[in-house]
Amino acid sequence: MSVNRMFRTCPTSGLVFHEPAEKLMRWNAVAAVVSLLIGGLLAIGVVLTRWQAVHLLPPDRFYQYLTAHGLNMLVFWIIFFEIAVLYFAGSTLLKARLATPKMAWAAFWLMVLGALVNNYSVLRGDSSVMFTSYAPMGAHPTFYLGLILFAVGALIACFVFLGTLVVAKAERTYHGSIPLVTFGAVTAAIIAIFTIAAGAIILIPTFLWSVGLVPTIDSLMYRTVWWAFGHSSQQINVSAHVAVWYAVAAIVFGAKPMSEKVSRTAFLLYILFLQLASAHHLLADPGLTSHWKIFNTSYAMYLAVLASMVHGLTVPGSIEVAQRQKGFNHGLFEWLRKAPWSNPAFSSMFMSLIGFGFLGGISGVMMGTEQLNLIIHNTLYVPGHFHATVVVGTTLAFMGLTYFLIPVLFRREITFPKMAQWQPYVFGLAMMGVSLFLMGAGTLGVPRRHWDIGFAGNAFAHEFPGAAWLMMALAGITGIIAIVGGGMYLLITVWSVFLGKKIQTPGFQHVRAKDGIAPAPKPVAAAIAAHHPGIGAGGMVAPGTFALAMVFLTAFVLYYFINWKYLSTVWPLK
Amino acid sequence: MNAERIEDDLPDEPVPVMQQLLDNPFLLLFLGIAMPTVLYIVWGVMEIVSLPIAK
Ligand code: HEM
Ligand SMILES: [Cu+2]
Repeated sequence: MSVNRMFRTCPTSGLVFHEPAEKLMRWNAVAAVVSLLIGGLLAIGVVLTRWQAVHLLPPDRFYQYLTAHGLNMLVFWIIFFEIAVLYFAGSTLLKARLATPKMAWAAFWLMVLGALVNNYSVLRGDSSVMFTSYAPMGAHPTFYLGLILFAVGALIACFVFLGTLVVAKAERTYHGSIPLVTFGAVTAAIIAIFTIAAGAIILIPTFLWSVGLVPTIDSLMYRTVWWAFGHSSQQINVSAHVAVWYAVAAIVFGAKPMSEKVSRTAFLLYILFLQLASAHHLLADPGLTSHWKIFNTSYAMYLAVLASMVHGLTVPGSIEVAQRQKGFNHGLFEWLRKAPWSNPAFSSMFMSLIGFGFLGGISGVMMGTEQLNLIIHNTLYVPGHFHATVVVGTTLAFMGLTYFLIPVLFRREITFPKMAQWQPYVFGLAMMGVSLFLMGAGTLGVPRRHWDIGFAGNAFAHEFPGAAWLMMALAGITGIIAIVGGGMYLLITVWSVFLGKKIQTPGFQHVRAKDGIAPAPKPVAAAIAAHHPGIGAGGMVAPGTFALAMVFLTAFVLYYFINWKYLSTVWPLK
Repeated sequence: MNAERIEDDLPDEPVPVMQQLLDNPFLLLFLGIAMPTVLYIVWGVMEIVSLPIAK
């Protein structure tokens, strides 16, 4: 069997692309963006229905849209993009040929087929079971079948990635350890493999149940195993977007991690502990003991939270060091003020970091505490929290990476560069608004997945405070702005990729690499030494980041204890 | 080329244990699957199946 060993070196970035890998990255990225488009259109219906004054859709449509919104966004957009990131981190960053491109294509088409079949089932109208599809609520068999096909495809892609690591090692395309960004991708792939295995354990029996081959599915068993899949898949996102943060810091600033050892250990903590947090979805379920709940969501999970805080510090810390060495060394925050705020790759990445940490992280730890979970369980606080993590955190980080990839991977100039400067702010800030207002409404008791909190014509009505209605209206308004921001991203990317000005490179050619080793890229800017004399203040190289960390800690502690106080007033026992 | 290879195979210092762990994706894969399988799935499922059935 002949192996394609053709590579090209990108003249702008010095990155090395293996021909088949490059094509796969492009197609996976395009499939991702199409899913984002569908999910974004559906978001209009969802958010305008929950804005009570508009109340756009009838109930059956609302649940149908909500189901498809969740799946296209959380599963298809994110995972297609992640597969592109895996191939980039495996093949391009290691300068290695992608292992078995044929399998990678099979994986891609399985994923496409799965996404189509699943969307078809929801479109039929008899599978509006939300993306959690809790048994005994049943969907059409094609709902589960689509998810299974998609998952098998994604699993194959993960193994292609691991195979690429083996190829790179065997063909000696790198020395020593793999780069940190690739290590982050390894973390994501490992968590993905567990995630998909858990999904198979629960979705295959549920599929068999839907066609009548299995008599019943126990609901608690379903929820427990399903969340090993549903929650862990969010941790793939966390690992992937953290890897993207490191990548963008390196690309935009030439920043080197403050400590490779610390960052890698933090990823190891993810591998060991992050997935246990799945238990936070069952905190209100009877049948599981507090031992199991508290071990998995507290003791073990805090080690993973610690890891996130490490990443949240070392990424801005490394940027601060790089900036100070460039001469932005005055005061605490000159490095940040003089950062390239009009570069969408940077602004996306930085808002992703701040939004993920402050909004997603703090709310996540609060709601992952068994007692406090009772305050907000099944309210809109939950979507508020995860729109901070998975939209402001993951989606925005991926958007930022796209702005880097369009010239490098697709060899096109970004069309509408002015709009591209604004896009991360419109999307990111509005989405932070959506998260905050949904959390606000949830704190006031507004349930999630609820078609009408006005209870029109209902015998058992409940009167929500006026503030709750206001929160829903504000979520509606910021939601529409966020959708506009998402539309800007889609317009810019699609236009650039298909109609944008081609970047012409004289003398461009694909080069056959000897022994599978790609031609060496141009040397990157010299590594920043471990010691940085003359920068920083007060004996610290990154005092600004330290100050930010203290602000974070204060916000965290205050918010955490306010919620305990709040819990004490929920059921006044006198 | 050959000399380079030999040099490559004989690192100056022994690789620390922790780094050996971090450099081995398949060992990490094993750990990343074993931990949640035992602590979350197996433990959780055992609790569920040991619940008494209502009559
Ligand atoms: C573009 C702007 C977006 C808006 C305005 C928006 C709005 C909403 C709202 C209001 C809900 C809650 C509905 C309810 O529980 O009643 C919701 C649910 C959800 N959203 Fe979004 N969203 C957006 C983007 C995204 C993105 C990018 C993702 C994932 C990456 C995402 C993932 C989800 C998921 C998983 C649900 C839960 C569905 C369920 O409960 O089954 N959303 N969205
Ligand atoms: Cu979760």
